[in-house]
Amino acid sequence: MTTATATADRRRPGIHAARFGRRHGWTLGTYVLLLALVLYWRSVPPVWGSFDLQSLAIDALPFAFAAMAQAVVIISGGIDLSVGSLMSLVNVISAKYMATMSFRDALLFAGLLLLGSTAAGAFTGSLITISRVPDIVVTLAMLFVWAGLALQIQPIPGGGAPLKYVQLATGQWFSPWIPSGLVILLCAFVLIWLPLRRARPGLALYSIGSNRNAAYLSGVSVTRTRIFAYSLGGFFAGLAGLALTATSGIGDPLSGQYYTLNSVAAVVLGGVALVGGKGGLIGPIAAAFVLTLVKTILILKGVDQNWAQVIQGSLIIVVVMIGGLAIRERRRM
Amino acid sequence: MIDSGEVHALLGANGAGKSTLVKVLTGVIRADGGRLVLNGEEVQISSPSQAARVGLAPVFQDPALVPDLTVAQNMRLTGTLREAVRSRLHEMDLNVDFSEQAGDVPLPMLRMLDLARALVRDPQLLLLDEITAALPSDLAERVFAVMRTRREHGRSVLFITHRLAEVIAVCDRATVLRDGSDVGTLVPQHGGERKIVEYMLGAEVATAAVKASELDETEVRISTDGDAAAAAAEPALEVKSVRAGTVESVSFSLRPGEVVGLAALEGQGQDDLFATLAGERRPEGGEVLVGGRLLRARHPYDAIRAGVVLVPADRLLALLPQRSVRENIAAPRYNRLLRWGPINLRLERRRVQEAIDALQIDTRAYRQVRRLSGGNQQKVTIARWLASGFGTLLCFDPTRGIDVGTKQQIYSLLRRLAGEGAAILFFSSELTEFPLVCDRIVTLYGGRITAELPAAAADEASLLRAMHGLAEEVA
Amino acid sequence: MSAAAPEVARGESRFETARRLLAENPAIALIFVFVGLFVVTDIVNRAQSGHAFLAPTQVSTTFLYAAPLALLAAGQTLVMLTGGVDLSVATTATAGAFVASGTGKHGAAAAVVLAIAIGFGIGLVNGIGVAIFRVNPLIMTLGLSSVTLGALTIYSQRRFVALVPNIVNTFGSGRFLTYIPYDLLVWGPIAALIILGLRYSGFGRMIYAVGDNPVACRLAGVRVWQVLLIVYALCGALSAVAGILLVGFNDAADLGIAAPFLLPSVAAVVIGGTSILGGSGGYGGTILGALILTVLDSLLTILNASAAIKQMLYGAIILALAWLYAWTSRSE
Repeated sequence: MTTATATADRRRPGIHAARFGRRHGWTLGTYVLLLALVLYWRSVPPVWGSFDLQSLAIDALPFAFAAMAQAVVIISGGIDLSVGSLMSLVNVISAKYMATMSFRDALLFAGLLLLGSTAAGAFTGSLITISRVPDIVVTLAMLFVWAGLALQIQPIPGGGAPLKYVQLATGQWFSPWIPSGLVILLCAFVLIWLPLRRARPGLALYSIGSNRNAAYLSGVSVTRTRIFAYSLGGFFAGLAGLALTATSGIGDPLSGQYYTLNSVAAVVLGGVALVGGKGGLIGPIAAAFVLTLVKTILILKGVDQNWAQVIQGSLIIVVVMIGGLAIRERRRM
Repeated sequence: MIDSGEVHALLGANGAGKSTLVKVLTGVIRADGGRLVLNGEEVQISSPSQAARVGLAPVFQDPALVPDLTVAQNMRLTGTLREAVRSRLHEMDLNVDFSEQAGDVPLPMLRMLDLARALVRDPQLLLLDEITAALPSDLAERVFAVMRTRREHGRSVLFITHRLAEVIAVCDRATVLRDGSDVGTLVPQHGGERKIVEYMLGAEVATAAVKASELDETEVRISTDGDAAAAAAEPALEVKSVRAGTVESVSFSLRPGEVVGLAALEGQGQDDLFATLAGERRPEGGEVLVGGRLLRARHPYDAIRAGVVLVPADRLLALLPQRSVRENIAAPRYNRLLRWGPINLRLERRRVQEAIDALQIDTRAYRQVRRLSGGNQQKVTIARWLASGFGTLLCFDPTRGIDVGTKQQIYSLLRRLAGEGAAILFFSSELTEFPLVCDRIVTLYGGRITAELPAAAADEASLLRAMHGLAEEVA
Repeated sequence: MSAAAPEVARGESRFETARRLLAENPAIALIFVFVGLFVVTDIVNRAQSGHAFLAPTQVSTTFLYAAPLALLAAGQTLVMLTGGVDLSVATTATAGAFVASGTGKHGAAAAVVLAIAIGFGIGLVNGIGVAIFRVNPLIMTLGLSSVTLGALTIYSQRRFVALVPNIVNTFGSGRFLTYIPYDLLVWGPIAALIILGLRYSGFGRMIYAVGDNPVACRLAGVRVWQVLLIVYALCGALSAVAGILLVGFNDAADLGIAAPFLLPSVAAVVIGGTSILGGSGGYGGTILGALILTVLDSLLTILNASAAIKQMLYGAIILALAWLYAWTSRSE
């Protein structure tokens, strides 16, 4: 009888490179695209400096956080259509009350709001697990609820935030080339996501997105992990809302509408499969920047804002179609 | 009741309750009543982790490994030490790359991994749920070795299987379940297969026999308003040097009215061969002729149009769970644009009822097909082709995981279909089935046909030899 | 729905029987809810302003308002039966509205045909993305809707002679025999066609089949992409019809004309009992869902509820009803 040595340790370096390429190829591609766009961007206006980089960071920061929120939920095998409106809610509440606060109080309040948004996410997750209603429907309902609440609290755009708070997202850190918003983004990624990702909670997150049954049989508490996913999503959505307050300086109840679709688009463009279990947060973050940059470049080139929207939308569709083709070739259905 | 240091088999027809029992023992579902006594103490098991703590370790048919995580990450997820699992694998003379994604590891290897992981905790009771189903014989041997080792260490094994030969070879005792309760425990070596089957069928043995003969009388009509292939002189199906995926080069032919069996070990090309014939994939080389005409199939539709239809092993692939039996059986009738208009209800009802009667499908008041038992579901997948018409029937392990009674009915049906002029290609993972159903058998090894045997000469030894690619022994 | 008397299975408590009947015949419950809401609105209206709500004019107005929503929800039902969702129905309806009014000067027939054709075309693009390129329906339809909206914005900024044909006006807002809205003449036949088609046509069977198990469909020889393509195109066409009715009612097209109907279109389908995962449900329930939502909207308007409160309530209702359905169908 032959000894069954399936998938023996293959020392051929080619295999490892191929495997890396397969697993992270798409994300790498997104970063290459981002680099290419930045280089192109530099060539467009007559003068290009740190100020432009700064404005990109400001524009993209809330988007990047929203993309992270959505990515966490999608990786766990779900989807959250309420990301945008939860963002609006946090934005509106923070702008309403921070307008008259000191910087220190504003920070404390921000922390409180983060706790609140995390709780909101936990609430959504609990609803989903208890009611057995598909997540699309529940998060759609919650979208209505949060949006309505935001509208009730702040019917028209208004409010403000202390200067130093605004500068958290719009200022610089050490050098004019390092936008502080970017630093905060990186901190959130490194301090919160990275430690979780390789540890049990993160693995559990991936496992329920990959194969819920196998996860359950492996001893993972599917209920608890799902609630965790939505809570973490709520946390990042809260960060997104706070970032929005800092970058825009006001609270706008309708601000989040844009982010719901685009967060999903950024996640898909960032290489995270909609079925779950695959990908990371680093891709969607880059994708958020890519999408923002595309719009910026178009506006710089004098394209009408609406045309820019058409082009951006079409781009999303085309990229996703190509992605769909790639999967199809691999699966040969 | 299982003694310590015993390998105990759990047998029973489909729907008898084996899987449910295992799920209760391992905390996947909760018991409605009764008691569980472990080592003299009563226990309540409410979750898989609790089951593990009490010393019960299951290995399910679907390995509990998350496909998108690496093997190492899967171990971390369950809190199992990598080294411990690796050493268990070594004991079985196996090796796995832990940095490989679990989804890329072939299924038999995943099962062995699952087994190794279960062994790490040195469980009091190892539950093996159909672990040897679709496992190549060399790996199955290792599993048996593990079972014997556990016994020597005073630990117990609960072995659930449909394979009676294995039960007789390895187990100390066997309990048979029927309709949700145990009907008896016996020592398999005393009485053998017949005794076990008796227990499983119980009083229905007599009625099953009657049913079979009843079936023999009723005429089975394959609907002619479908795509039945024509001529009887022409071979129904000709496979010429087909190359596709793991199929290197396969040639054989099928005449109307005959049942040809295909025997092969796991992964020798039968999956790709059937997929090619059914139109799911295009051959990379060679050609397939149906009724003398070249089949250029880019989609199962093309094959079905030519009269070649597939009954897959996995019922979940073929059935519409939320739809009724009638809709399931009638489904292929509307698979093209021209048939999307108003439905001829009377004709549909007639065809569907004919198929249901021919197969004796137990429909009762069930509205949704997912409520049927496994055996009945499989009958539905066959019934749909009776109702839509066909010339060549490709059966890929149609009796996998089906109870004995239904199996007999399916054998009988296949013979009768052949009698009506259908050409049938029959693949099974159970060698004992071949002489019951087939006129001749071809064996597949390494993507090639290695032998062709008439049914009379196809005893297990010759088949196994050919399936391993070994030449015929000179008598 | 079987016409047989409801059988009580052995050993079933009254409670369980009720639950099972509810699961198999959700329409009954919905009718109760609809009528009940009407009564409640009547009471509230009388309390507020002294006028009755259960008056013929109000009933007819309810049906008048419900028609566009019901048409949007019709397309949504078809799409959701296949296991997808179409979040571009509102923008497609808006496109239909713009085209109908923009080409109105060429005559009513041309305007209507063109508008429906555009809707069909937009749906076709959705279908191509979902069926052929395997893009997730959520993304495809959302993406296309933002493209459509951008394009419409550009279109609306150009000066053009907007003329809503008289016929369209009549069908969008008129009534005959004093109480019967003309748009029922559009909605009614379409609804009948959809209900009968889903139940008695091969295509209807395929819609359910594809939503239930596309893999099994492929094995049975069904070319799933064909089914999906047509379903999304039909949804686009139905949305365009809704848009035509809306512009007839409004007498002018504007970018936000259909926006408030997007999420209610999904809500109506959910309320009606069609599973968002596909494979079961139907349009009958959706019709009741649309009617219920319309009455609810009136009730909230009477109560002077702000748009914000309305939205929150929508969310809560969708959730509650979806929960109820999940609970009743949990009879495994």
